[in-house]
Amino acid sequence: MTAALRHAGYVLGENPVTGFAFALFFLFVLCGVLGPSLAPYHPLASDTALALTGPSAAHWFGTDQLGRDIFSRVVVATRLDLGIAATSVALAFGIGTLLGLAAGYCGGWIDRIVGRVVDTIMAFPLFVLAMGIVVALGNSVANIIYATAIINLPIYARLARAEANVRRDAGFVEAARLCGNGEARIVLAQLLPNIMPLMVVQVSLTLGYAILNAAGLSFIGLGVRPPTAEWGIMVAEGANFIVSGEWWVALFPGLVLMGAVFCFNLMGDGLRDIVDPLRRT
Amino acid sequence: MSADRPVLAVTGLRKLYPMGKMRGVSRGAAASLLHAVDGVSFAIGHGETVGLVGESGCGKSTLARLLARLIDPTEGTIQLEDEEISAVPARRFGRSPLRAQIQMVFQDATDSLNPRFTAFRAIADPLLRLRRLSHAALRARVEEAARLTGLPQELLTRFPHQLSGGQKARVGIARAIAVEPRVLILDEPTSALDVSVQVVILQLLAELRQRLDLSYLFVSHDLNVVRLLCDRILVMYLGHIVESGPAGRLFAAPAHPYTQALLSAVPKIGSCGRQQRIGLPGEPRSPIDPAPDICPFYGRCSRATELCKSAMPPLRDIAPGRHAVCYFPIVEAAGAGADSPVAVAIA
Amino acid sequence: MSPDNKPVPLLAVEDLAVEFRTRSGTVQALDGIGFGLRRGETLALVGESGSGKSVTAYAIMGILDPAARITSGRIVFGGLDLLQAGEKAMAEMRGRELAIIFQNPRTALNPIRPVGRQIADILIRHGNVTAAQAPRRAVEMLAKVRIPDPQRRAAAYPFELSGGMCQRVMIAMALACEPALLIADEPTTGLDITTQAVIMDLIAELAASQHMATLLITHDLGLASEYCDRIAVMHAGHLVEMAPTPLLFAAPRHPYTAKLIAATPAEASHLGRLAAIPGSLPDLRRADLPACRYSERCERVTSDCQEMPLLRLTAADGRQFACRHPL
Repeated sequence: MTAALRHAGYVLGENPVTGFAFALFFLFVLCGVLGPSLAPYHPLASDTALALTGPSAAHWFGTDQLGRDIFSRVVVATRLDLGIAATSVALAFGIGTLLGLAAGYCGGWIDRIVGRVVDTIMAFPLFVLAMGIVVALGNSVANIIYATAIINLPIYARLARAEANVRRDAGFVEAARLCGNGEARIVLAQLLPNIMPLMVVQVSLTLGYAILNAAGLSFIGLGVRPPTAEWGIMVAEGANFIVSGEWWVALFPGLVLMGAVFCFNLMGDGLRDIVDPLRRT
Repeated sequence: MSADRPVLAVTGLRKLYPMGKMRGVSRGAAASLLHAVDGVSFAIGHGETVGLVGESGCGKSTLARLLARLIDPTEGTIQLEDEEISAVPARRFGRSPLRAQIQMVFQDATDSLNPRFTAFRAIADPLLRLRRLSHAALRARVEEAARLTGLPQELLTRFPHQLSGGQKARVGIARAIAVEPRVLILDEPTSALDVSVQVVILQLLAELRQRLDLSYLFVSHDLNVVRLLCDRILVMYLGHIVESGPAGRLFAAPAHPYTQALLSAVPKIGSCGRQQRIGLPGEPRSPIDPAPDICPFYGRCSRATELCKSAMPPLRDIAPGRHAVCYFPIVEAAGAGADSPVAVAIA
Repeated sequence: MSPDNKPVPLLAVEDLAVEFRTRSGTVQALDGIGFGLRRGETLALVGESGSGKSVTAYAIMGILDPAARITSGRIVFGGLDLLQAGEKAMAEMRGRELAIIFQNPRTALNPIRPVGRQIADILIRHGNVTAAQAPRRAVEMLAKVRIPDPQRRAAAYPFELSGGMCQRVMIAMALACEPALLIADEPTTGLDITTQAVIMDLIAELAASQHMATLLITHDLGLASEYCDRIAVMHAGHLVEMAPTPLLFAAPRHPYTAKLIAATPAEASHLGRLAAIPGSLPDLRRADLPACRYSERCERVTSDCQEMPLLRLTAADGRQFACRHPL
């Protein structure tokens, strides 16, 4: 265990950008976990007298049109956004990987069925599909999660399928059969660990995309509804005020959103370096 | 070498693969069949090491996998002592108590080890699946297997990419012997190794068979290695065993023309200057839908006659314990059988 | 002709040293390699993996990895120092005067081009053959390497041919312009033994008819003994012994050579006669490599071997070996 941690430290030390991304990630997670306790003001507390004031000592990110502290709202929104993203990616990863593994390893009709399902999903422009699902199922956080999970499923399924396909004839798979492993155990205990590095990278990338997706849906009015604090909604509301000069209402949520996506993307590479034993010295 | 009953007996084994696409679900006409293994019968005695030689495409890898029960035969039986292991389909053989009795060592140790498993985990795998052992007993057994194969204990925590070629080979062998099999099938275990490592592994294999009372089927294309390690040799060509006999005699005086050509192709040290080589013109015939009445070697054989393409040659006794599938085997003693086909006498 | 009336060597490698820069350190792949090769002669470079034999071959051809640095030495080929010649000059030489055939024939050929075209490409580029004549000449080359039905096979793709046939195509490509030197880098590894015999016989025959020098890289002592006039044994980037073939086997001078012969299955009459080589190759990234890189594995070692510079001796019969305590 300590060797793993030491290696992790080595990787992060080697590549400062990755280190920075990890630090940022922990910051986000901290915000998400501690959320409201970190916010100086209540996110829904409005004070119309202070509406649309710029960044100041009292309000670091300024206030919005209802006098609510933007900084507090951004911090509290972290929990919601990360939560949506993490849950949907977990669903997409879990179901997609299993389907892909089964399809790639077994071939035959499983492969054909999974292939058709994945192809169908990918035939649509994914964001439009997400919109459609949310509209059809109803406007709620749960449905945003399902929609995001569905549109991200194909990536995992395809990746897992390709990797399983390459490895199904590998020597260690035959050796595993000689050792008495059944087919299901081979797929889960022998193949899955081998494809994890790639999947982990994909998880990180998808997290960024999922956040964007959730924010995007909220931006166009689907999904999370005001007055709930969420980065997408805040950018949407703030967009109305850019022309009149109150730039901070949209900018800060937008920056944080960008920071989150940026950090997840960078983390993907760093994670792979840590997880993949081939990279261990 | 006590019991007169062989430890592994193979009778009439065939493996046919359908080739080509079959349109629709069932359209009457049979697809072409590739005869990978075409009627093979032999036996391995207790403590015996049998070498299986042949060139690419002869079917020896397929035969090795049939015996290891990784694939199912199309016809024929495989008997492991009293049990007919070919009766259990390959898919279910993993759960049978007989799985541990016959194990395999692969050619490419790197490929046969899971890159995400440490050496310990790799060796423990068969024990976890095929034996009920406590944690401590498992550990003891893995360490014992490592010790027997000369693998230092500290290497057990390493991953394959941290091990040298020779060390990986040892892990593969340790894994195979961990469950105390009766028969070990070795599929070219040293061909990917350097000469000096090869020596060590060969000596290790010789020591292990003595110590653990193992029987080996040693599949190889390297005739020199086979000569050193094996008691008896089977020569395979196009899915058939064309000759079998004790190693020393077979090398000194091959009976089948193919064996003779094979041996003459092996480079010999000290021959400096090309020796008289028996050339093999052309390429082996296709194994897809082979004509059943022609000797598989016909067309490349210098001793062929009309007889050879009119009926498949029978298995002939050349000498006690030596057989060849040929109408005109190369027999050094003068007398009947040298140049004329003699009526069959099968032991 | 040189002063002692021997023909001047076609290829003379002098004191060649190559190192590779890697993330984990500088690998001193070759050190002080020197040998000569005359027209019509066959020399084998024999050694285990990591001995540097392929690096030597690639250095001669000028196709070393970009991470490689040639730190000293000369490679004189037909009077020209290849290490000083520019890339343009080398590109001219390769294919015309210098040819190489590689280990894995199927992957060394272009998979999406018919083999006849690949041979024709070489003929056009290096052989003063017009585009119109090239296809016919290509078919002639295929016939020369004894591919059956050459007209039809010229249109085949590499994946349609067997390993042995692909290797013949490579030989045809290499010899299309009748080069003066052929380097064969493990040409028969991975081929069946009967195919190996046929391919090596073919190379030997064509080399003899074209009076071509051949440098055979192999780990197989048996193969080297059967096809080569002289054998050079390499260990960890050093050339430890070089001698005419019969002499090398009859009386090896370097301890490593003797151990290598004793470890070869072909030589042993039974398993007990096979002897492993003690120790293992030294890590070539070390800064403290001893002068003799075999000294840490050698039973005849004395303190001289590690402290004093490597002694390279030439015996009266022309043999060379690098040992202070030869056998």
